[in-house]
Amino acid sequence: MPSPPSEDVIATEGLTKRYRTGSGRQEAVITAVDGLDLKVHRGEIFGLLGPNGAGKTTTVGMLTTRVIPTSGRAMVAGVDVVAQPARAKQFIGVVHQVNTLDRSLTVWENLYFHGRYYGMTAKAARLRTDELLERFRLSHRYTSQVRTLSGGMARRLMVARAVLHRPAVLFLDEPTASLDPQSRIALWEIVGELHAEGQTILLTTHYMEEADEFCDRVAIIDHGRILALDSPAALKHAAAAGKETGNSKAWLAQLRALERANGTGPVNGTSSLEVPGVEAALLEVITSAQRNGVTLDELRGQVTLESVFIELTGRDLRE
Amino acid sequence: MTTTADEEDERQDAAGAMFPPSSRRATWAAFRALLLRDLTVLDHDLAEFLPNTLMQPVMLVFIFTFVFPRIGQGIGGSGNSGRFSTLLLGGLVAQSVIFQGLFRVALPLSREFDITNELEDRVLAPTSINTIAFEKIAAGALQSLFAGLIVFPVAAFLPATPIYLQAHWLVLATITPLACYTSAAIGLTIGTRLEPRLVPLLASFIALPLGFFGAIFYTWDALQPIPWLKYLVLINPLVYMSEGFRAGLSIGVVHMPVSVIYLALSSFAVLFTYLGVTGFKKRVLS
Repeated sequence: MPSPPSEDVIATEGLTKRYRTGSGRQEAVITAVDGLDLKVHRGEIFGLLGPNGAGKTTTVGMLTTRVIPTSGRAMVAGVDVVAQPARAKQFIGVVHQVNTLDRSLTVWENLYFHGRYYGMTAKAARLRTDELLERFRLSHRYTSQVRTLSGGMARRLMVARAVLHRPAVLFLDEPTASLDPQSRIALWEIVGELHAEGQTILLTTHYMEEADEFCDRVAIIDHGRILALDSPAALKHAAAAGKETGNSKAWLAQLRALERANGTGPVNGTSSLEVPGVEAALLEVITSAQRNGVTLDELRGQVTLESVFIELTGRDLRE
Repeated sequence: MTTTADEEDERQDAAGAMFPPSSRRATWAAFRALLLRDLTVLDHDLAEFLPNTLMQPVMLVFIFTFVFPRIGQGIGGSGNSGRFSTLLLGGLVAQSVIFQGLFRVALPLSREFDITNELEDRVLAPTSINTIAFEKIAAGALQSLFAGLIVFPVAAFLPATPIYLQAHWLVLATITPLACYTSAAIGLTIGTRLEPRLVPLLASFIALPLGFFGAIFYTWDALQPIPWLKYLVLINPLVYMSEGFRAGLSIGVVHMPVSVIYLALSSFAVLFTYLGVTGFKKRVLS
């Protein structure tokens, strides 16, 4: 692997993209990405989360040289993607959400030619193709036409193709969208292995539980801006801390209500109450319950990355 | 030099690094690989490519030089039937060159952009978008050359009437690449600029007028009695290709001055390269 000059495999400064839509009086300027400052460290899985139209695709488009920024800078592996797009492409591997395999070629040829595009010799491309087909459990299909592959196999082949030239960063755009659970598990196993080998990955996804489980850090973006950026655990903690006051107050009020209702409470002196959110407040809740002589049957902390996401980006439908 | 380059490649492969050291080498490597990919696809498609290329010339040769003279139809018949077969030769080669160059570039591109997105991987090849667009023209030009080469024997040896064949090598060796290149550049323009929903109309709105007004079955000079048509067809690149191949292949057939043919085809080549490459950029960058 080439050694990029910085430990940040992706670094953007004030990255902005505005599109013009309509014409004449109807003309409007849409800011898809608005002054984005983003750093993706080498070796991490970085999740880019956001509702449809939040600017994820445009951001990835700029980082992969397909969208020209209106202003700002974007560096991939130390290469300016605007000034040197051809060179930057050497360091990029992309797996799109839709099947972009070359239907005119076989499974084997899809990988082989990809290697040749990146300057590998015929021999090196052959060896690497055989190695990856084996590893991605596709070698039994090497002469197949790609249109005969199942969704899961096609996605595995796309990942194999994207990492064939050993990119500095792998972009995965909704990698498990429309896959069955088995294929999804198989794909995450592969991604996990790549991560373990040190592959830097930038992932966009709508599946919050996947982002929670696999990402080292996530950025939640909306309207082209970063709303929150941290590890999933820290984001959930921050959300819990933010809610603590209100919820614990409510709980305490309810506890007080129970206390006042003492003697008219639930049968056998046992009460069941569900607390939404607030893992951090649990201890306080438990002690106050004990102090008030309330026996707790069931107590759940419900903060998920999805609830953080909804809290930050709202419940409104985007399309 | 080659040895050094190979050694360099070996060293890189051994080191596990895939990146050619200079952008010029990366560009050349990507260009070669893209071309190799397109020719591999042609190889896969050969069972379709050959009949697709040969069907029309074989039919035309059969009807015009065998059937018509026997049933007393004016065209191709009577005393100057040899002259007709001779002028048809250049026309048929030109027609195969332009249609294969055009369609083999335009149709896959249009599909890949609009429906299948499968151009993605090639667009991400580590070279400039210009190189990728030029490769499309190069691949189309090679395929149109191939089409011309396989149609030539059909048009030269199949006709039932004599052909007065004489190769003017210099003309042939220059007109052929120019015609092939121009055809593929037109294909790139159509493939990138024509709305995909209009592609089904290509046959009726582009191929038919190109063909019928392309001086395939008549020389341009023969349009003299209809002056407005004679000058109108000058916007059709196929006219210059037909005339050019006649200039390069036959004797005894009138053709327009070779200098005019070169000038016109070069102008079309420049125009369609510009339209095609800028059209390609518009489709892949935003």
